[in-house]
Amino acid sequence: MDVIRTEGLTKHYTSGFWRPRPYAALQDLTLKVAQGEIFGFLGPNGAGKTTTLKLLMQLIYPTSGIAEILGKPVGDVSVRRRIGYLPENPYFYDNLSAEELLVYFACVFGYGPKDGRVRAARLLDEVGIGAERKFQLRKFSKGMVQRVGIAQALINEPEVIFLDEPMSGLDPIGRREVRELILKLRNQGRTVFFSSHVLSDAEALCSNVAVMAKGRLAVSGRLADLLANQTRAWELVVSGASQHVIDRIAPRLTSVTPLGGGRYSLELPATTPPEPLLNELVTTGARLVSLNPVRETLEEFFVQRVNATNADRFVESRVRDRSAS
Amino acid sequence: MSAVLVVARGVFKESVRDRIGYNLVFFAVLLMAASILLAQVTAGQDVKIIKDLGLAAASAIGMLLAVFVGISLVSKEVERRSIYSLLSKPITRPQFILGKYLGLTFTLVVNLAIMAVAYYAVLVYIDWQTPALTSQGWEAPAADPRLLKAFALIGVELMLVTALALFFSTFSSAFLAAGLTIAVYVIGHFNTDLKNLSSLGNSPVLIAIGKGLYYTLPNLTLLDVKADVVHAHTVSGQQMLAGILSAGLYIGLLLTASIIVFSRRDFK
Repeated sequence: MDVIRTEGLTKHYTSGFWRPRPYAALQDLTLKVAQGEIFGFLGPNGAGKTTTLKLLMQLIYPTSGIAEILGKPVGDVSVRRRIGYLPENPYFYDNLSAEELLVYFACVFGYGPKDGRVRAARLLDEVGIGAERKFQLRKFSKGMVQRVGIAQALINEPEVIFLDEPMSGLDPIGRREVRELILKLRNQGRTVFFSSHVLSDAEALCSNVAVMAKGRLAVSGRLADLLANQTRAWELVVSGASQHVIDRIAPRLTSVTPLGGGRYSLELPATTPPEPLLNELVTTGARLVSLNPVRETLEEFFVQRVNATNADRFVESRVRDRSAS
Repeated sequence: MSAVLVVARGVFKESVRDRIGYNLVFFAVLLMAASILLAQVTAGQDVKIIKDLGLAAASAIGMLLAVFVGISLVSKEVERRSIYSLLSKPITRPQFILGKYLGLTFTLVVNLAIMAVAYYAVLVYIDWQTPALTSQGWEAPAADPRLLKAFALIGVELMLVTALALFFSTFSSAFLAAGLTIAVYVIGHFNTDLKNLSSLGNSPVLIAIGKGLYYTLPNLTLLDVKADVVHAHTVSGQQMLAGILSAGLYIGLLLTASIIVFSRRDFK
């Protein structure tokens, strides 16, 4: 079952006072997120991630397209009882304590103050600031406010949690704790949709990702599938090969790295099947230690797709400008 | 508890924590200092001046609170983005606006009630300090219950000013909303003069603007009975009702407009 679905979701703003011109913050986003998965919504700054999340929370209204959560339109207030949201760089009421803020939000969900306090205490302990729950938020560091933000997103035990840059402002220990918390939420059967430009977080957590660039969806799918198709080389590690044999095959390789003790790391282009070379090496008395595809990291994949999308949009805009003139 | 009341309670709590109660200390000190000073320089007329000063101070302090807390209710939430977390929860935008309005109105009413208590305490003290012969010459007793009518209409006026501040803050910055609210407040107190602009000149444009403003802006003179109660003039129930009904209608229109504007707004 798809818990989040968008179809042709588009948001245009106008910029300029005297000559207002439309600016596409999000263009034709079609996306599906299945129940119980951790979905990474990736992209550089200005890619349209926060715009998408604001559209899903109905903080802004779409120019066109459809957005649904749990099978209902995002404007349906009953949907909001079942979701949680952490905004980017959250800010809360300075004069309230962390506990008071969470009780306040719990009351908005219809829980009583007593129930709210129990929930607040449990969640603030879970995000690591239980001891500071009586402190006013004005005294909190950025990382602590971020933790309060995560706690408030979970106050109603939501089925779907939207986290906009959840690791922002956190130290390495905090990031690890939040990663563990996200995995725990997934293990409880909840769906986590999180936006980030920190790819290591996505690589560590997500089963599926979407990469955004310049307001458009550059690519989406299972992370393993996306990266599996991106083999950029083969790496063979062999031992017992003579220098003469290595010199003979060197022109077919992209790199040769001596590892010491008669071992070599040989890198073949992805387009060259490794089997013939492997057979040739074995017949000369060399032994295979390992053979691995060298895949792109998510970072390399991300940069490549974002650059490709940006280039496409540049060409499109040039064509548009020429036809306009 | 409904979402409206939850938001209203949040506004009250935030206002109390924001130390808006300091204005009460200022009010009390002002009244006490004035009563001591005036007793030295006036001959038995100090009670009338204290009555006048107290009502004017309660009105001015309340108005400043209504404007500056009122505009911050929405614009501060939007500028600081605290509204994102709240509106992603099961609360509609109309509920948010109504909750904010009720919360601040309750805060202002409590504030005004405390000022009224302090005001009467000072008046009772003056009465106790004044020789019977002098107090017999007063137009009305020091702790005249009719003064409460002025406090009641100040309360209604503050509710109207809060609605104005809330309305302007739904579509403009805090600074602009404050300027617009104060401008309407000032013009509202000279509303009757706008209607009579034709007596000052023959410009049809000026007359049309004056009449336009007269019919569009609230007539706050209907809510100003301070001078009447201080001088023991009669303020009829009909007069009070007219003020309350016209303000109520205006508040209703402003809240409806606030809800319409706010419900269509994008929080970029």
